[in-house]
Amino acid sequence: MAENAKLTSAEQIVVKFTGDSGDGMQLIGNQLTALAALDGNDVNSLPDYPSEIRAPAGTIAGVSGFQMCLGDHKIYTAGDAPDVLVGFNPAAVKHSAKFVKAGGMIITNSDSFTEKALEKIGYSGNPLEDGTLSGYDVKAIPMTTLVREALAEMEMPIAAKDRCKNFFTMGVLCWLFNKNKQLVLDFIQQKFGPKATKPLLKVAQANTLAFKAGLNYGETTIMFQERYDLGAAQIEKGLYRNITGNDAAALAIAAAGEKAGLQPFIGSYPITPATDLLHYASEFKDVDLVTMQMEDEIAGICTAVGASCAGNLAFTTTSGPGLALKTEAAGLALMLEVPLVIVNVQRGGPSTGLPTKTEQSDLLQSMYGRNGDSYMPIIAANNPADCFDATFQAAKIALKYRTPVIVLTDGYIGQGSCPWKVPKMDELEDLKPYVNFWIPEAHKGEEYVSYKRDPETLARDWAIPGTKGCQHRIGSLEKDETGAVSHDPLVHQQMTEFRKAKVDNLAQVLPEVEVNGKKSNKILVISWGGTFGAVKGAVDRLIADGKPVSGINLRWVWPFPPNLGEIISRFDKVLVPELNMGQLSLMLRAKFLVDVQSLSKVQGDPFREFEVIDKVNEMLGE
Amino acid sequence: MADTQLTKKYFASDAEVKWCPGCGDFAIMNAVRSGMVAAGKPRDEVAIVSGIGCSSRFPYYMETYGFHTIHGRAAAVASGLKVANTDLDVWVISGDGDSTAIGGNHFIHAIRRNLDLNYVMINNKIYGLTKGQYSPTSEVGQYSKTSPYGVLDYPMDPLKVAVSLGGTFVARGIDKNMKLNEEVCVRGALHKGFSMMEIYANCVIYNEGAHDKLTNKEEGANFHIILRDGEKMIFGVNSQYCLVQDGFGVKAVKVENANQADILVHDEKDAEMAAILSGMRPDNGLPIALGVIYADDRKKTYDDMVYEQIDAVKQKRGRTMDQIMQEGHTWTV
Repeated sequence: MAENAKLTSAEQIVVKFTGDSGDGMQLIGNQLTALAALDGNDVNSLPDYPSEIRAPAGTIAGVSGFQMCLGDHKIYTAGDAPDVLVGFNPAAVKHSAKFVKAGGMIITNSDSFTEKALEKIGYSGNPLEDGTLSGYDVKAIPMTTLVREALAEMEMPIAAKDRCKNFFTMGVLCWLFNKNKQLVLDFIQQKFGPKATKPLLKVAQANTLAFKAGLNYGETTIMFQERYDLGAAQIEKGLYRNITGNDAAALAIAAAGEKAGLQPFIGSYPITPATDLLHYASEFKDVDLVTMQMEDEIAGICTAVGASCAGNLAFTTTSGPGLALKTEAAGLALMLEVPLVIVNVQRGGPSTGLPTKTEQSDLLQSMYGRNGDSYMPIIAANNPADCFDATFQAAKIALKYRTPVIVLTDGYIGQGSCPWKVPKMDELEDLKPYVNFWIPEAHKGEEYVSYKRDPETLARDWAIPGTKGCQHRIGSLEKDETGAVSHDPLVHQQMTEFRKAKVDNLAQVLPEVEVNGKKSNKILVISWGGTFGAVKGAVDRLIADGKPVSGINLRWVWPFPPNLGEIISRFDKVLVPELNMGQLSLMLRAKFLVDVQSLSKVQGDPFREFEVIDKVNEMLGE
Repeated sequence: MADTQLTKKYFASDAEVKWCPGCGDFAIMNAVRSGMVAAGKPRDEVAIVSGIGCSSRFPYYMETYGFHTIHGRAAAVASGLKVANTDLDVWVISGDGDSTAIGGNHFIHAIRRNLDLNYVMINNKIYGLTKGQYSPTSEVGQYSKTSPYGVLDYPMDPLKVAVSLGGTFVARGIDKNMKLNEEVCVRGALHKGFSMMEIYANCVIYNEGAHDKLTNKEEGANFHIILRDGEKMIFGVNSQYCLVQDGFGVKAVKVENANQADILVHDEKDAEMAAILSGMRPDNGLPIALGVIYADDRKKTYDDMVYEQIDAVKQKRGRTMDQIMQEGHTWTV
């Protein structure tokens, strides 16, 4: 009975959903994320799905997952081992039980444990009964039966009824985590209700019934001894929205265009896991965002280069193999010295690699993957919400320095979500001062010279087609200041140095890196991009435990921030956890001649805090 | 800018032209300048985009905005440029290798989209800048540095490709026929939509005489036909041949043997016939078609549709950036 279940306060709960891909794991995961966020928790989530759209049902290969961490404090990752696993079928339970915390809870649909289903995954007995899962607190709920009973009065196909089990589960979880049920009811109405067509109204009604059945099930059975209550997190005041990294980047593109007073333009080609960015951005026609889905990755970036040449604020979006294809055209933008932002949502490589899994292995490609001496700034987003700011900043730097800029995100933060404090357009930095097209009216008595440079930024004077009297030729060949083709050895030396210095100069205006912890210590852990959360969480815990550890995060991965070398010199040891074989470590070693230790992981999965903590303890000899 | 000032010289830059003496590209540049004069845009509203190759040096010789890009990608760069600023008169200058080999994908999709671009493909059936290798338009058996025993690949016919993709303006010129090239470029410049202009050029160094069969004074006219809308398709040194229907195709017969009523009349808007005309070759007993093979500007251009769609979405949704950012599940802390 309800009164039997004790309400325990918790600081954070990690929940993992697994089921057949196509069973709506991402959907239910996102719903719980939204529910927790609406209820004041901080949340971070990570979808995890196979590359096959519909792998065979009930098989291990077809298991799709979604992990999230909700807490009463700032949450930096989707959490380590789950406290609660919701596995919708035997395959899902078999696949994910091993990840669950010892003694953790496994909620499953007992109706799905049929002989046939068990046979498919090679079980001879029933793990719910034979002690296989004895180390866990298993809640075997006959979901299918209960949902069908709850919807007995509804006239709809059985298959449609069965799909409502996700909302039944939401009901159980809403009760288990002591969440505000009204938020879910409102959500169902919003999604399937007023504006929806008639068949959807039925769906709304069915889902409402299933949800209430789930709530009641939690309240009235004696299955649960405990329920959890999470307080609201201390979060900066403002309007919030749960957002994925890809969606945040799409918004930043449109916002940057508006703040620059330029038409935003995306030339792109679909590629996992960056495609969602293009999907969402394609809806923004009403704010003048032009999206061209081109015939290939190369055309994607080339149209963006063309649009930039005409004075649009141009972007191209991609993932690893796509970045490889864009290489030559990225060099063209660099040679033309026009602004361009390349958003690369990294995935497991090389080649096709692990399309749906995360990795940070395009850093060296971004850094060195072009012919010639061709440096360009690289900014890495820390978390899903930060993709907005990182992309916006990239646009600013691209304009200011007339250079291509690479934004590195990854599958984890591109598809993961977290609450985002929605900025007002008025609050965002005005980018118009950085546009600064060369127009004759502002340069009375001067001739336009296409590669004449600003002495401070080294950005070249930029006149776009249509500017009266400024017609000129630029191209991919080496040229002198006037833009005329030049094979003079000294001109090439000088222009190569200019192009490098332009990027190096950026370091001088980058914000200094802030150290988390003591400024001088035994171990410095350096994060970049998607490792930010796990490193921040790990270092916070290590510091709380009194360990001589500090942490920093690199937002601009190239050029390095101005005080980085000096910070590094104050530590005995430096550790860089990366989802690659040590790419940033290599760059840091080369730049600062320090014996950086690399914690490398390439398993398609982000770091867990404990992995960083274990490594630090090992380095401390503990 | 008054129209009177738009002359060919007005579009010429003062850069020294570095093509080989006798190169067919000189004549083609002259024709393109005529096209620009006809289009009537001042030179600071004209942009030329090129890829890589001898022909792609073109922008440097023109007093317009010019973008010398990378091998094969001119069509893609120009597509972005045109969509970003539809007021510009945008020309793409490319070669056979640039367009049909490394840039084949962009070439076909630019035609398919019907962007309002003027696309000049200078076809000399050889790679010149890399000093003499065969290209996708080289003839079977052609000798080059990479085909010392003769080319094995069958050639591509770029205009047949253009017609099959629904190209809205398809024309061919040849360097020796200056007047025709001017006509082609002027028509192409005035056409709204993708204007595909293939111009045969002689490479005096690596493929000298590639088009002699068509251009020699004695019998060249027997191997090509100059098409004119509404006129009978008659050709030959003495206008002795004509084209007549032959099942689903056409055949060349002597005028004296043809029934006058059977001689085909060229209709620029006939896409079915354009598919046949664009693929005619002397080795099939048919003349190479020169002039405007197909022209129809009833199809909307991609660039116009981009902005029509933007206007429609503005009408329908009309959100501000703030509204978009505040969509979805929001909550206030």
